[in-house]
Amino acid sequence: MKMQKSQPLFQKLDQWLEESQGFFNANCQAKRAEALLKLKKLGLPDKKMEKWRNTDLSEALKFDYKLWTKEFSPAQIQNDLFQCDVHDLDAFTINLYRGRYVYQDQAIFKMENGAIIGSMAAAIEKYPELVSQHFDKYTNSENKAFDLLNTALFLDGLFIYVPKNTKLEQPIQLINAVGREENTFVQNRNLIILEEGSELTLIHCDDSYDYKRSFTNSLSEFYIGKNAKLDHYKIQNINNNSFLINSDYFYQERDSRLNTNKMILNGGLIRNEVVNTINGEGAESDILGLYLADEKQHIDNQVFVEHAVPNCRSNELFKGIVDDYAHAVFNGHILVKPDAQKTLAYQNNNNIILTDKAKINTKPFLEIYADDVKCSHGATIGQLDENSLFYIRQRGIGIDNARMLLMYAFAAEVINHIKIESLRTRIDDMVKKRLRGELSICDQCVLQCSTPEYHFEIDMAKID
Amino acid sequence: MAKDEKQILEDVTSSDYKYGFVTEIETEFAPKGLTEDTVRFISAKKEEPEWLLDFRLKAFRHWQEMEIPDWAHLKIPPIDFQDIIYYAAPKKKKELESIDDVDPELIDTFNKLGISLEEQKMLSGVAVDAVIDSVSVKTTFSDTLAKHGIIFMSFSEAVKTHPDLVKKYMGKAVPSGDNYFSTLNDAVFSDGSFCYIPKGVRCPVELSTYFRINAANTGQFERTLIIADEGAYVSYLEGCTAPQRDENQLHAAIVEILVMKDAEVKYSTVQNWYPGDKNGKGGIFNFVTKRGICKGDHSKISWTQVETGSAITWKYPSCVLAGDNSIGEFYSVAVTNNYQQADTGSKMIHLGKNTKSTIISKGISAGHSHNSYRGLVKVAKNASNSRNFSQCDSLLLGDKCGAHTFPYIDGQNSSSIVEHEATTSKISEEQLFYCQQRGISQDSAVGLIVNGYAKEVLRQLPMEFAVEAQKLLSISLEGSVG
Repeated sequence: MKMQKSQPLFQKLDQWLEESQGFFNANCQAKRAEALLKLKKLGLPDKKMEKWRNTDLSEALKFDYKLWTKEFSPAQIQNDLFQCDVHDLDAFTINLYRGRYVYQDQAIFKMENGAIIGSMAAAIEKYPELVSQHFDKYTNSENKAFDLLNTALFLDGLFIYVPKNTKLEQPIQLINAVGREENTFVQNRNLIILEEGSELTLIHCDDSYDYKRSFTNSLSEFYIGKNAKLDHYKIQNINNNSFLINSDYFYQERDSRLNTNKMILNGGLIRNEVVNTINGEGAESDILGLYLADEKQHIDNQVFVEHAVPNCRSNELFKGIVDDYAHAVFNGHILVKPDAQKTLAYQNNNNIILTDKAKINTKPFLEIYADDVKCSHGATIGQLDENSLFYIRQRGIGIDNARMLLMYAFAAEVINHIKIESLRTRIDDMVKKRLRGELSICDQCVLQCSTPEYHFEIDMAKID
Repeated sequence: MAKDEKQILEDVTSSDYKYGFVTEIETEFAPKGLTEDTVRFISAKKEEPEWLLDFRLKAFRHWQEMEIPDWAHLKIPPIDFQDIIYYAAPKKKKELESIDDVDPELIDTFNKLGISLEEQKMLSGVAVDAVIDSVSVKTTFSDTLAKHGIIFMSFSEAVKTHPDLVKKYMGKAVPSGDNYFSTLNDAVFSDGSFCYIPKGVRCPVELSTYFRINAANTGQFERTLIIADEGAYVSYLEGCTAPQRDENQLHAAIVEILVMKDAEVKYSTVQNWYPGDKNGKGGIFNFVTKRGICKGDHSKISWTQVETGSAITWKYPSCVLAGDNSIGEFYSVAVTNNYQQADTGSKMIHLGKNTKSTIISKGISAGHSHNSYRGLVKVAKNASNSRNFSQCDSLLLGDKCGAHTFPYIDGQNSSSIVEHEATTSKISEEQLFYCQQRGISQDSAVGLIVNGYAKEVLRQLPMEFAVEAQKLLSISLEGSVG
């Protein structure tokens, strides 16, 4: 503990709290101060902790970070605003830039159907009851250092409220970007509330514009009400100098449906924590992930699914390809509580390891206290199948292309679960580019991919 | 139906632990408690050479600085290490020449256990080393073994007669200070078995050790060291029982296996320490460190275990596959009932090229028990073309018990394949219905299905043990579910 407290980061916490308190009301300020006190007592995680034994943060925490407290107006950063959108995707886009919410005229607004979309900080002011009903209710911040850090220092984030029986037809795309400033320290806090019978599609992108270092700690809480449905996509594509800690808490009520899909394409160090609490009978969840890591990247996925009630189903599928010196970690944990009979829970983690310098740690845990359940898990670490490679090469396809084809097929199992067609095509292209090593070589934007992968235009007139 | 089930469950779980008797043998104790003097007392009692005393003292000093591990999925009540007698031995009047000289009470004990030393010697051709309250009392068959150059004797005897071998290999698989309980054993181990199979010898009989805790308040700390030299083969059996007592007793053992080039060791355990009564009172705390090293190329270690006893089991038989083309196997059936807790599994460390390992683990939990599989498969970066397959199945009988799986898989090699799969379920109602439809009672049907479920492991056991293991399974489980 003493070691951690001597880190430069730890010494700045008080100063940052002071700088940021002014944005919030008294009630909120007290909560933030309290969280910081708890954090100081707990300390930041180190490798001796079971949950962190494979992810070393000492490198990430040693830099001289700056918390960005200034606000942006769109005019100011027009050139920086995220330009590469998903081809053909008709989505309502929201930008978070270095942890600040970027807006034209209104920080938060109410749609005709009653849905509220906007800045988290504005929501705390404008809809205090709604926020306090759900805020910090689904985390277990008592013992998680990064949850406490987020509660203490977050500046803004996305707030979405979807009222009863309302379906938001248009997907919402949240772009959380960093860049232009060295050593930015970003704390984002998102709260998404889906009331009974509502539906929402949310695309959450983590991006960086350039190669400037950043440390992001993003926390999202999702309340999925009775019979509600959430489609959630997360696309993580940040530069190799950036560190990202991302925690998603999904709380599900009766008969609700969750579909979350993580595409982890690039990043220096990415740690994703998914906590899915299934607290209503008949609820279902699908948690999928694809991670591609090369160079010295480190990707860590922690998935905790808690079945507290009977008759629910959960399904986890995480696949990864690890190249060069990269290190991938997966820790799945299914907890079936004593009363959660008739639970169906599956967990699967498949890895392809391409070099002897790369490393994979996978820990698929089952903890089961109910007897009438069907739970299974599988984990593999392997390579491309020799027979399949031979088969493809036999048909005149070169070794490189054959490998690419097989790796792509491996990844496709996850990609094919994306329900929005334009997004699927886009991810498909990105994965193909990534596998060929082209994605990380674009200079300005690590994500320069607004042009679709293949563009065939056949002029029918010329054929006849 | 439900009432029937309860009745049957009651009958079975309240049925006596078959081996719960106490034998009145004159026993010699060390004073209660653990200090440096205790360590010196044990060493002096065994007339040990200086280097072994140093080994013990070093371990003891190290142990005092260690903390009891808490990572296992177990609720371990605080253990008062000062409230344990660290040395208890059946009083020896004179050196024993033949089996006739053995205390008749002792012979009686072994007859009750179903291992009549004499009979075993005559009929089944299994050489037995019996360890009672931490002291080896009798090794049978030593003459035949000596003819092949096989050394099979109690550990303390080996220290006296083959000090060079013991000194050379002791602590090579489980180094001094490896973990909390092994370090405790390093300091206070009292006896155990030592076995050396020379080059090219295939041991003609199965070697067997029977461990028995008899005296009250004692802990048992035995140590087994098996060395198979080039091209040797041995099949080794281990059985354990203890009397029924209200307090918990501690058992912290070490088993070390070293396997040279082309050699093979098969180690089978039927662990049936007293599990405590149906309210979870009493029972043995079983903290065992078992590790084998495949030192040479083409060597093989196979662990088979049937774990039905002990209030708490904490045991991870491991294989370090250092030699190229070496093979490690682990087959386990762990049954927990009432308030038993088990956290057991295996570690496979692949270091050599073309190494292969298999883990088959079957957990069965009933009553209020908790049964966890915890394992590690590690493929180091130089272990090219290695292969691991792990399968961990859990069967839940009853809605108050828990079954958990905690596998750790670390891969660092691009030409190796690691596969792990696990399932958790209850006995299929279709299967039960099918059996009952054919006139098999519900009780026997459960036994049948469970035995079938565990078959993959049971068939790895040598004949003598397979029968015992099957019986144990049926005692532990029949009627637990409907």
